[in-house]
Amino acid sequence: MPYALCLVLFVIGLYAVATKRNLIKIVIGFIIMENAVNLLLIMLGYRLGGRAPILWQSTAGDAAEFARVAVDPLPQALVLTSIVISLGVTALMVAICLRVYERYGTFDISEIRRLRG
Amino acid sequence: MNIETLAIVILVFIIVGALVAIETPDLLSAVICLGTVDIGFTILFLFLKAPDIAITQMVVEVVCLVILIRATIRRDMTLVTGERQFFGLMVMLAILGILALALVRIVPNFGAFGDPIFARAAQAPSQRYLAGALKDTGAANAVAAVILDYRGYDTLGEATILFAAVVGAVALLRPKPRKRPEERDA
Amino acid sequence: MSDATIKRPAVRGADQPGLSIIVRTVTRWVKSFIFLFGIYIVCFGHLTPGGGFSGGVILSCTFILLMLAFGRERALRQLPVPRAAMLDSVGALGFLAVATIGLFASGVFFVNWLAVPAAGVLQRLCVLLGVQPFHLLSAGTLPLYNLWIALKVATSLFLVFTLLAMLRVNYRGEKE
Repeated sequence: MPYALCLVLFVIGLYAVATKRNLIKIVIGFIIMENAVNLLLIMLGYRLGGRAPILWQSTAGDAAEFARVAVDPLPQALVLTSIVISLGVTALMVAICLRVYERYGTFDISEIRRLRG
Repeated sequence: MNIETLAIVILVFIIVGALVAIETPDLLSAVICLGTVDIGFTILFLFLKAPDIAITQMVVEVVCLVILIRATIRRDMTLVTGERQFFGLMVMLAILGILALALVRIVPNFGAFGDPIFARAAQAPSQRYLAGALKDTGAANAVAAVILDYRGYDTLGEATILFAAVVGAVALLRPKPRKRPEERDA
Repeated sequence: MSDATIKRPAVRGADQPGLSIIVRTVTRWVKSFIFLFGIYIVCFGHLTPGGGFSGGVILSCTFILLMLAFGRERALRQLPVPRAAMLDSVGALGFLAVATIGLFASGVFFVNWLAVPAAGVLQRLCVLLGVQPFHLLSAGTLPLYNLWIALKVATSLFLVFTLLAMLRVNYRGEKE
């Protein structure tokens, strides 16, 4: 059931990207889509009653026990990378939006379809 | 309250915030609603036992918000309403159709919520990473061991992508030198 | 449709230096702690949650706070744009240098050449420094990678934000 809600969130982001006319709303849609996918990845790796994948010194003895109790570290590693990449991509998209505004005076994409030399 | 109910409650909050962020005509309000969406994600990551991700999501969200507000607060808010009806909906349905084709194959392999895929496979790489994080690398943080030792190439690729995105943004935002009128091409 | 006369709201921008006196005072006290916290998250990335990426973003948040509270001149005095660009590249190259040293030290690119010390010199150095798990000096090359990545991420985000703050969008009214 939480997986289905993640998919709903992704569809909401996709709806914003595909049907909105304002450039900033499109950027917001991209951010929502990215976060929904990251959340789905982490939910796939969650173990009920699990511990965070970090060892403390007091419980360091048993590696097999740790592997039985901890949640999955691999999706967390990939999502960490993905979050930072999404920041870079958002910065780039906002830079593009600002330059588009400077050229056309509006954020409305139906106005900026006319290519200028 | 068990974790699944909590996840559903927070996801409903996130969905409502996302809908408000998308539908509201004022750009500044939309960006602030995006902030609440991201805080919902941070809380949910904390409950899903992913503290690394929660820290990163929180600070990245703050920087994203600051960048977006910087973009929206100085312009006069051109309140754009209306949508591109037909073409956008067709594109969205096409993408959803392709996604559904992929999901039909993948979703039956999901467990119930809280039953991770790697727990069922004894040869899963995550088992090896968890068992060997302290022994092979000496790191107590298994996620750090994964991103910097076992999967170091992913981190290298990510540093490259971040570098490329920032170089692109810098190239776009660099102040152009103004040409004097007599220097313009005839 | 927008017409030719676009009214700009009188917002506080990059012309006036920063925000109110309360924000400036609090920033003056707090910015060192934020910077220290960022360094803590980076350095202890292999022991506690955090690591190079989130620590680097926190470090850049220090400079962003400085720029928001005091105006961009003060922040640019601390870290001018060419130096930030150079530090960005230095961070990326440092990351690659640590990975390449692995190639020379153990024959495999990107190997953790301090956790499995092949040569005797490195092993004696590790014993000398008291390298053991759950301490700061452990986990091989992981802290080194964290440091270079944090430098890279921090200066990259500072660069992007500085240029966004310096950008003066002059819409020149060229509409048909």
